[in-house]
Amino acid sequence: MKIHIRNGRVIDPASGLDAVKDIYVAAGKIVALGQAPADFHANAEIDASGLVVAPGLVDLSVRLREPGLEYMATLESEMHAAAAGGITSLACPPDTDPPLDEPGLIEMLKFRAKNSPGPRVYPIGALTWKLRGERLTEMGELSEAGCVAFSQADTPMVDTEVLLRALEYASTFDFPVWLRPQDAHLGKLGVVHDGVVSARLGLPAIPVPAETVALQTIILLVRETGARVHFCRLSSRAGVEMVRKAKADGLPITCDVSVHHVHLTEMDVADFNSNCHVVPPFRSQRDRDALRQALRDGVIDAICSDHAPVDDDAKEKPFQESEPGVTGVELLLPLTLKWATEMGLSLSQALAFITHKPAGVLGVDAGQVAVGLPADLCLFDPDAAWTVSARSLISLGKNSPFLGHELLGRVRYTIIDGHMDFKPDH
Amino acid sequence: MSRNLQLTEDGRLRHLLTLDGLPPRILTEILDTAESFVSVGDREVKKVPLLRGKAVFNLFFESSTRTRTTFEIAAKRLSADVFNLNIAVSATNKGETLLDTVANLSAMQADMFVVRHASSGAPHLIAQHVAPHISVVNAGDGRCAHPTQGLLDMFTIRHYKGGFHNLRAAVVGDVLHSRVARSQIHALTTLGCPEVRVVAPKTLLPRDVESMGVHVHQKMETGIKDCDVIIMLRLQNERMQGSLLPSAGEYYKHWGLTPEKMKLAKPDAIVMHPGPMNRGVEIASDVADGKHSVILPQVTFGIAVRMAVMSMVAGSTAAGGNA
Amino acid sequence: MNLPDPNQLIDALASQIQPQLKPDTALLGIHTGGVWVMDALAARLGVDLPKGVLDIAFYRDDFSRIGLHPQVKPSKIPFDVADRPILLIDDVLYTGRTVRAALNLIFDYGRPASVQLAVLIDRGGRELPVCAEFMEARMDLEPNQNISLEKNEDGRLQLMLKQQVATA
Repeated sequence: MKIHIRNGRVIDPASGLDAVKDIYVAAGKIVALGQAPADFHANAEIDASGLVVAPGLVDLSVRLREPGLEYMATLESEMHAAAAGGITSLACPPDTDPPLDEPGLIEMLKFRAKNSPGPRVYPIGALTWKLRGERLTEMGELSEAGCVAFSQADTPMVDTEVLLRALEYASTFDFPVWLRPQDAHLGKLGVVHDGVVSARLGLPAIPVPAETVALQTIILLVRETGARVHFCRLSSRAGVEMVRKAKADGLPITCDVSVHHVHLTEMDVADFNSNCHVVPPFRSQRDRDALRQALRDGVIDAICSDHAPVDDDAKEKPFQESEPGVTGVELLLPLTLKWATEMGLSLSQALAFITHKPAGVLGVDAGQVAVGLPADLCLFDPDAAWTVSARSLISLGKNSPFLGHELLGRVRYTIIDGHMDFKPDH
Repeated sequence: MSRNLQLTEDGRLRHLLTLDGLPPRILTEILDTAESFVSVGDREVKKVPLLRGKAVFNLFFESSTRTRTTFEIAAKRLSADVFNLNIAVSATNKGETLLDTVANLSAMQADMFVVRHASSGAPHLIAQHVAPHISVVNAGDGRCAHPTQGLLDMFTIRHYKGGFHNLRAAVVGDVLHSRVARSQIHALTTLGCPEVRVVAPKTLLPRDVESMGVHVHQKMETGIKDCDVIIMLRLQNERMQGSLLPSAGEYYKHWGLTPEKMKLAKPDAIVMHPGPMNRGVEIASDVADGKHSVILPQVTFGIAVRMAVMSMVAGSTAAGGNA
Repeated sequence: MNLPDPNQLIDALASQIQPQLKPDTALLGIHTGGVWVMDALAARLGVDLPKGVLDIAFYRDDFSRIGLHPQVKPSKIPFDVADRPILLIDDVLYTGRTVRAALNLIFDYGRPASVQLAVLIDRGGRELPVCAEFMEARMDLEPNQNISLEKNEDGRLQLMLKQQVATA
């Protein structure tokens, strides 16, 4: 399919390109920027006036809920939602049912994803059998099946010996290990940040040391093993400082933050809104401000959606009984833009955190616009306002703290591998 | 916090979920109304017809004989029809969601739900989903609030001390896990008590408890010194099993209220306890039964306070004011 | 309209009532006007009769429509109602609903031998079958008119007539 995208403002954060140019797509690749190639007859023309043409977004954490959790959402619905959010590559964590600990499951997931319109799917394999933290998975086999990294998802490792061995084994193959820093015991019954809101409302709390104790342990083991570790979903100021120091010491560490943690704090839980029940929890204002600044400083490498669609029944429960998670793929772009606007950053700087930087963490060639590269593009209107609602969200997860809020930034077209996988249907 | 959910558009009490965020005028109104109900118990016919024909459902997801009985007595003295549902937690896990249970009962013409639940915020969730003519009264949710207990404690203090503006009050014990303590703290600070103290070992205090407007004391010696009001909290057995406290004996030695320690307080200080008491753990029998103790009157006042709350919330929904 | 002086009405009411008093008669005044009348009457009658005050807020028939009035004063009946002749006293008799509520309240305290009603003014407009045994002045007022007993700064009783302006 030959596509001619006219008059869009092309922004490629990796190269610094930010100019109005035409783009020409053929056979799944970008064949030209600016000038039409000879003999180019477009099958489809897109008038991108007023739109930004950015690299397709790269989201480091999107739960497709398959296999096993289809009562929450389906692979098709979430792939569609991700495409609607401008995402062209996504990594999905291994916390499915059963967890992604066998090559057969990986192959099945990749097969299903390939046959469904939507982003390229990069499965993250389980680090240990059934995520139980006892026995290593066959990381070599899983990698051959298509895993790009290994993770415990949200299950903390109890046995530090197993953690050490897992890092050693992974580093033998130079596989990256993605870990959410969460101590197995501290705050294990908690549901909110250990701060003023938990004091007031009497909700069981998760103290900051639940994150920093785990960070410290893992950082020390990285020093020991040289394993490449990516820290998922930082939530605290103290945690940020530890990662800053570890990076300054030259350790092979990267980290990300969930886009919701860039905006929300414990105060948003004050009315028991279970849509704000997330792990890690939204912490204090100081913590949130530290996360915002750490992105700008480069301590945090990427922003992800941490997409976790949850069915209404699981949310309409008393707060501490509700299932944690927020629906995120359709809010990744507008919430990233909102942060950037508030921090005085340019569109290009903002988009870096959801394009080539996460691609770098993932270790895949994505998140860039250049001639010869695959045509993965996100065309959006940065000034379009829309209201987040159960109707406007395509994801089957309507669990968003932003329900009823108006946000700026709406995707108009998403092109994946040269196909128009999302376009306005009017 | 949930204030708008609790009040109608014209500022009347629609639901009682928590004392946090309620204006002082409402708390005072409840206490004043309760005053009128105290004498009902002394009459031959211990009833007034205010809630005649109304169905009050006691929805207790956590079992409790005392609180449930007081609510039942209060509702019956208002001439309401009372239905008791003791829903064990496991049954809820197997079957209906909380909201489904409430919806089914609403369909049985319920006018009021008195709810006790193990999870903080459960009554709030229910209040967000009930029809406009139904009121929700929180009989204790998780660790969050026990507003009627807080109110009857304030009624007791007002009865013996006249007011709140000159008092030093101390709440002693497991504040971390106590919904009663949270309600008492909110009430005392709202009603203008100038010095509210919490007294407990660090393990039993929320990390940011000071943000609630209290002074923190870790020792009884400074904590109850010169206090006018001492509220003792119950220490549950489970707390002594885990990593919070080593033993009841050590707790009693340092934080138990004994006649010796009472000498530190003002000579006319009153001692309160929401009950049931653990004699010899948080309080000595001599103090519990002694001249400072107002523990038994607290119980009587509890009925009048609950009558006041129930008539106020029933009256607001009747007046066509939905939140 | 020239309003009568309530103090003169009370004098006349006292003369009506005096011959009918029994040795164990007790007085019950309905808050607030009825209590003032009761106190003034008791002074005129000169005998030391037991007195009680009633707040009928909990017995009103319009709770379902307007809810609980925020200022409820406690009712106080410091004598045994059972088998006693009761003189129930109010300032103005209108629809009769207040008296109905007062009767229900009294009966929740016990079974009186009899209840007789004394009012200063009967303004007509009855909605229930209630009548006053002792009454001094009759007035026919419009529904938008309201007559009430007030106490001025010197503590002297006077009657006030208010007209409600019709609102759109």
